[in-house]
Amino acid sequence: MILTTVDQSREPALTSERGLSRRYAAPRWTPLNWVRGGGLTAFLFLLPLLFIFGAFSWYPIVRTAIMAFQHTNLVEAPTWVGFQNFAAVWHDPQFPTAVKNTAYFAFLALIFGYPIPLIAAVLMSEVRKRRGVYAVLAYLPVVIPPVVGVLLWKTFYDASSLGVFNTILHWVGLGPYPWLQSGQWAMPSLVLYSTWANAGATIIIYLAALTAVNPELYEAASVDGAGVLRKIWHVTLPQIRGVLLVTMILQIIGTAQVFLEPYLFTSGGPANATLTVLLLIYDYAFGNSLGGDYGMATALSLMLAGFLAVFSLVYWRATRSWSTA
Amino acid sequence: MSQPDSRGLISELEWQKPSTRWGMRTLHVLLLVGLVVIGLGPILWLAKSAITPTLDTISHPMALFPHGAAWSNLSQAWNEVHVGRYFWNTIVLAFGSWAVQIVVATTGGFALSVLRPRYAPIIKGLLLATLFIPTIVLLVPLYIEVVHLPIVHKSLINNYWAVWFPAGASAFNVILVTRFFDNLPREIFEAAEIDGAGPLQLFWRIVLPMSKPILGVVSVFALLASWRDFLWPLLVLPDPNIQPLSVRLPSIASQTSLGVFFAAMAIACLVPIAGFLIFQRSFLRGTGLGGAIKG
Repeated sequence: MILTTVDQSREPALTSERGLSRRYAAPRWTPLNWVRGGGLTAFLFLLPLLFIFGAFSWYPIVRTAIMAFQHTNLVEAPTWVGFQNFAAVWHDPQFPTAVKNTAYFAFLALIFGYPIPLIAAVLMSEVRKRRGVYAVLAYLPVVIPPVVGVLLWKTFYDASSLGVFNTILHWVGLGPYPWLQSGQWAMPSLVLYSTWANAGATIIIYLAALTAVNPELYEAASVDGAGVLRKIWHVTLPQIRGVLLVTMILQIIGTAQVFLEPYLFTSGGPANATLTVLLLIYDYAFGNSLGGDYGMATALSLMLAGFLAVFSLVYWRATRSWSTA
Repeated sequence: MSQPDSRGLISELEWQKPSTRWGMRTLHVLLLVGLVVIGLGPILWLAKSAITPTLDTISHPMALFPHGAAWSNLSQAWNEVHVGRYFWNTIVLAFGSWAVQIVVATTGGFALSVLRPRYAPIIKGLLLATLFIPTIVLLVPLYIEVVHLPIVHKSLINNYWAVWFPAGASAFNVILVTRFFDNLPREIFEAAEIDGAGPLQLFWRIVLPMSKPILGVVSVFALLASWRDFLWPLLVLPDPNIQPLSVRLPSIASQTSLGVFFAAMAIACLVPIAGFLIFQRSFLRGTGLGGAIKG
């Protein structure tokens, strides 16, 4: 139902013919005619948007592209340095580590975080009584401020045998596990928290998509003798594949920019095991109290943005024939 | 037993079969238990630990009040660790960000959807373009801009406008509101025009009152996003006295006992959870909308 209301974004034919400002449109453009025709009013209404986006979105975006080729320290005038910033990032021994860790985080998040909301949403869509309770419970972790979530889970992950998770696992004869203190387990621990914190929003998106599936398709499949699992495979999944593809690319773009979890859980440790690209950007720009290397930071953000743009384009091309939505 | 909306994955006929019915019921009970343990469990644990003496939480993290409750954690957090002040800072920041976002989204949406100047498609294109640019690209240049504003040559560091202004630049809000305005019936605008209403009256008396549902969605997400914000206020508000709660929490952890720290975290969760439970319809509807628009 939600989907259909949004899809009706087609414009009523009436208004595309004559928007209010063009009602009095004069044959020749003069400032006076512009004001009389409502041009000034429209401009005044747009002013807040133009100011805010111009100053705090469009201008900084352009400035990134410039700063990546400059040496800036906020005191002296910036100097052009060509591709030096990019080369410095490329030769930084931490760069491959950060890329590898970020890819690992995104991969693990996809393995754990992608199927769980889908399974939960398909099950929830068949709940007949008090479905709202399920939705509220699933969404609850999403409204917890991430700082609280991370700091809370940091206590859960306490590596001593008195840690919360280790206590629970001790009941069933497991552990204690080192969690964040081991280079091997730190990243999976971050992914586990991240899945907990974000799955609810994806579940709600899937639930909305599932209610939009035409029930006649299920009836037709039933008539053909399909059982529940075959209906999920042949009706549900193909019907919501557009949403599935979008949530997947959004999740990849989101996890490529993971910052808060490694920053607050482990500060990139132990031994750089959770150093991500965003953490490296932060370190370049703000990690050094003597003044940041803004050129390197913007160069790396530009590299990440460029990679994500290319990746999205390839992804969109590769899945275009498969997706109808 | 059968309900009007029950035509779904499982047909009525299958639902009549005891094996399917009990299988699904078992799955649903398991799902509910899982959701309670996973979704609610950590929050209940935080609530419990917020009023448990520090020593009990350390030595028996899963025990329920082995030596009674310590309500003093809450008052200590509020007064001695100054959570009260940070709480107030968070509220001021959230409402300022909300106000800027609402003003930008409604006036911009009205101009783009109803007034439609000739250059509107260009602005819409520029707005859409920002949706595709990861937020990280903005971080460093925005910070440098705030440190030294061009043209006026002032610094916005330690000024709440450094948070409020950039919060308004949410293309997602503007597009959501513009699409909603697009679907309002034009006949009403025409009728209002014939009755002599100018654009300002049209905006204030007709479009805004008709847009309460979408403004509700934008508002809850604006307030929630501000409450969650961490990195940006950390960068531009270095003065601890004016920082919001989420920025202060990591430093509070090292300043006080564990019990008081949990109390501070519980206080930080209170408003978002209460807001979610009251306005859950807007939250869930908005999340669904988000998926649809991004699709």
